[in-house]
Amino acid sequence: MILHLTTILVFQLIGETLTRSLGWVVPGPVLGMALLLIFFMAVPRVAKAIQPTAQGLLSHLSLLFVPAGVGIVGHMDRMGTDGPAILLALLISTALSIAVGALVFSTLAKWMGAEE
Amino acid sequence: MNELTQIWTYLAEEPLLWLTATLIAYSVGDAAFKASGRRPYVNPVLIAVTLLAVVLWMTATPYQTYFEGAQFVHFMLGPATVALAAPLYGNLSRIRRSAIPLICALLAGSVTAIFSALGVAYAMGLRGDILVSIAPKSVTAPVALGISESMGGQPTLTAVLVILTGVMGAVMATPLLDRLGVTDWRARGFAVGVASHGIGTARAFQVNETAGAFAGIGMGLNALLTTVLAPVIVSLFL
Repeated sequence: MILHLTTILVFQLIGETLTRSLGWVVPGPVLGMALLLIFFMAVPRVAKAIQPTAQGLLSHLSLLFVPAGVGIVGHMDRMGTDGPAILLALLISTALSIAVGALVFSTLAKWMGAEE
Repeated sequence: MNELTQIWTYLAEEPLLWLTATLIAYSVGDAAFKASGRRPYVNPVLIAVTLLAVVLWMTATPYQTYFEGAQFVHFMLGPATVALAAPLYGNLSRIRRSAIPLICALLAGSVTAIFSALGVAYAMGLRGDILVSIAPKSVTAPVALGISESMGGQPTLTAVLVILTGVMGAVMATPLLDRLGVTDWRARGFAVGVASHGIGTARAFQVNETAGAFAGIGMGLNALLTTVLAPVIVSLFL
């Protein structure tokens, strides 16, 4: 458990260090995720061992963004004026993205006969 | 009364109070979500955020004071992002089997999500850091906050937009995809995961196991892709 959590933190640390020293826009933890995925492919044994710890972290994922979400209190005046425009943008874009993504996937899968 | 004020003054400055308040608010939200039969619009995070915002407002507590306690929860976003590698790895064989439709749908869904959100927002007169904060809204929250911050947006605003996008996707996915006549569960799940991350994925798992698994893949891959795409597309609007 401690070892697995340490592995995850080490990959985050590597990600943070790399993005900062190279001046990339990629968030450190995302690079850490990509590197850990590559590491899993190279050493599948580790992936199996870390699985339960990773699942534990991810099962309460939504709790983790409550603190940032509360930060909306600092944007209340802005939400009053820009709120409707923002909501409209989110609505249209979410519907379009779901429709486009699903249609592209199902059409190509049908063409290629790619079964589950 | 005076003593009570003293106790309050002490507690309000300590991390313990706001850390506990965050966990209580989330538990209340989660209980409401379960009591509703897991309806997507009864979102635990949205409930928790509203409760805490009201409490902060009533007690005149600055956000900085609140965050000093809540930062212990906030910190876990980083490790949780790294941990997303595990479910992605677990689905590698599924990703390989439908690689081409999957990659094309990922590109199409991701570009559509970012471009149409920025396009509508721009047309409605929004400019500057609000656009930057909107761009990563389809991505899972920990990654979206990181993207927003590294591009000069407002991470706290992004957090709320991410949650709203997730709730919208979870609510509209089934009726929308039924109307479009998409019957492939892989396609349905994947598109929902790309457009509305974890909240959409949780909804997909409720509807169909395959859809849920592909939603998870979509969420993970879009987190990686948007990291690269968002700065490029945002630069077109600034």
